[in-house]
Amino acid sequence: MLSSTADNLFWMARYMERSENTARLLTGLYHMSLLPARRGAQAGLWEGLFQSEDEREAFLAKYDGFRTDPVLTYMVLDRDNPSSIRSCVWSARENVRATRHVLTTDMWETINSTWLDIAHVTYGDMLDMGHHDFLEWIKVRSHLFRGVAHGTMRRGDAFEFWRMGVFIERAENTIRLLAARAHTFKPSGPAQRADTATLDYYQWGTLLRSVNAYKAYREIYKSQIDLRRVVELLTLNPEIPRSVMACVEEIYEILEGLRPRSRSFEHANDLLTRLQSARIDRIYRTGMARFLEDYRSGLHELSLQIQKDFLMIQ
Amino acid sequence: MHAADGDIRDAYRDYSAWLTDQSIDRLRQKHEQADLLFRRLGITFTVYGEDEGGERLIPFDVIPRILSADEWSILERGAIQRVDALNAFLHDIYHDQEIIRAGVVPAELVMTNEAFQPQMLGLDMPKQVYAHVSGVDAVRVDDKTFYVLEDNVRTPSGVSYMLENRETMMRLFPDLFAQSVVAPVDRYPEYLLRSLQAVAPAGVDDPTVVLMTPGQYNSAYFEHAFLAMEMGIELVEGRDLFVDSGSIFMRTTEGPKRVDVIYRRVDDGFLDPLAYNPDSALGVPGILSVVRSGRVTVCNAMGTGVADDKAMYVYVPDMIRFYLGEEPVLQNVPTYSCRKPDDLKYVLDNISELVVKEVHGSGGYGMLVGPKATKAQCDEFKKLLKAEPDNYIAQPTLALSTCPTLVEEGIAPRHVDLRPYVLSGEKTRVMPGGLTRVALKAGSLVVNSSQGGGTKDTWVLEAPGEISETD
Repeated sequence: MLSSTADNLFWMARYMERSENTARLLTGLYHMSLLPARRGAQAGLWEGLFQSEDEREAFLAKYDGFRTDPVLTYMVLDRDNPSSIRSCVWSARENVRATRHVLTTDMWETINSTWLDIAHVTYGDMLDMGHHDFLEWIKVRSHLFRGVAHGTMRRGDAFEFWRMGVFIERAENTIRLLAARAHTFKPSGPAQRADTATLDYYQWGTLLRSVNAYKAYREIYKSQIDLRRVVELLTLNPEIPRSVMACVEEIYEILEGLRPRSRSFEHANDLLTRLQSARIDRIYRTGMARFLEDYRSGLHELSLQIQKDFLMIQ
Repeated sequence: MHAADGDIRDAYRDYSAWLTDQSIDRLRQKHEQADLLFRRLGITFTVYGEDEGGERLIPFDVIPRILSADEWSILERGAIQRVDALNAFLHDIYHDQEIIRAGVVPAELVMTNEAFQPQMLGLDMPKQVYAHVSGVDAVRVDDKTFYVLEDNVRTPSGVSYMLENRETMMRLFPDLFAQSVVAPVDRYPEYLLRSLQAVAPAGVDDPTVVLMTPGQYNSAYFEHAFLAMEMGIELVEGRDLFVDSGSIFMRTTEGPKRVDVIYRRVDDGFLDPLAYNPDSALGVPGILSVVRSGRVTVCNAMGTGVADDKAMYVYVPDMIRFYLGEEPVLQNVPTYSCRKPDDLKYVLDNISELVVKEVHGSGGYGMLVGPKATKAQCDEFKKLLKAEPDNYIAQPTLALSTCPTLVEEGIAPRHVDLRPYVLSGEKTRVMPGGLTRVALKAGSLVVNSSQGGGTKDTWVLEAPGEISETD
């Protein structure tokens, strides 16, 4: 397959997955914003989305404050925001358009009709439909696209590069989701006060729900929500489709099939081993934030290495 | 649709009976459905200079243009004959130039033509084919007479509309296809691939064929992607290709892979930034030297444009006689070359009855339709003609055939032309159909999509018992 085609497929997958992840994240935050405000816990809810100074500045240049309406407008519909859901769908669609000759007609039609549907949506339309329903619709369109790809694409390199994009984006997203709350991880802290415990329950419950892992948590741990276990579930448990472990296992297998002698594969092997030998107690003692940050940069390096080994970068 | 005596043509008899039973509302509903289908399939063309919204549909008319088997056989024979002659002409002018020495075509028309490529001189093309894909734009003026408006042997486009218009019609009106004998066109990509494979460089057994596009922002990108997909070949841009040790390679996930045949949809001037336009980011540096050494076949060949400009058009019937020893099956529109003093005088005296065109113009721009023009416009053009007579030709306005078309006020006749697609390389063949373009404005003769033209599906009816597809 052409390197440039593989590159397009990889990014098409990443953008589509990103649009879904953003929708999931926003759904969670939106639900939390509806919780009764307690002791200022609501403050900084939306602001927390903007982790770097650049992101904050880009937002504040156009909008007047970190409130529900402006933040959702910016994150969902703003065409100047390259990570808005609308921009992601557009980028995914353009990457599909560039490679539609290796994709099935059904895939093109799915992404193109998603784009045509979202292209002219206004914030008013979103309000009419309801935030929850609208974000749910985005998620469903992503499910649909994934399903169509699985159900129609020939099993070959194109399919593998698409999957690789999906799992790299998804792993990065799960780490980002956890890292955003890393400051609340306090190593062996004193007994929590009852009200913060409640807040934590909602926060972490929402996070689990946003990655469809709430039920799994209940089934596996049969206990109240505990930070350590949430992190264990979402990083180390291979049974959870959006856990880092599940994603890295997939990446490992894809690279093993594509080119086992590549540096990319060595890199993936190393990342997988790190997860397999990790224990949550040890991670907790040495600092979750550091673990997540290290792992995030490991994934980023893998992504760069894949581009060197297979894609346009020479 | 109607013959000269006002009767309904045979080819339309069944369809017309069906159409009478349809309500306008149902047709309009089908029309909207078609628009939706085209948009969803992304059969759009890009409007330059607009952002993400800049994708437009070419208007599609749900009423087909229908040709009988007899009418088609004239067109088919004529189009093949014409393209065979053009290929012979191209081989000749890049080799011995016998047609010039015989005094049939003036030397300066060839040698000073901007599309003439001296680099092609003496180069042998596989099977002596230069135009692998050609479009012959024709109109019918009476029962048995077709006029050729122009030949397209550079990188003719539009064939995806022939295929998708049919696909759409079959989705919208399955009942019609169940009861008619419409010749299928869907093997076009297969025949195209076979033509391309047939002209691979000598000694290459299982040639790698690619389609080269200027990229996804080109107005015809949909067609490029569509054809690559249908043929199962790679769709490449200049940046995907490079020259190494005298061959062309593409960058793949498994390393470099040699390319043998390039079906390019990039114009001559952009192919090789070393030889032509140094600013072109669309081409492949050094590709020309590989073409010269015969290690890659570029289709259509470079320099084919010399055969299809409006000044050369006048000589095509002579080419047919010269190379094939036959009389032309399709007629040229009587054409006055303003470079000839007698013709110029005639054009100036009769400008209000003529269509005047620029020799190198295209897309319906830079032309004067005499009967529709004001006196001032005619006078303006007379000045242009006197200043640069070489730059113009003129033709009488034709009684173009019309076809029923769904418009605002209902079903009304509109002027149509037809571009059948001719493939050369394996053997010269024409798909039974083509791209019918229709002028949607009442009375208008201009069918170009840039000027309010639309398209129709083109039906060629098979004679009873006949199978028109041949290998």
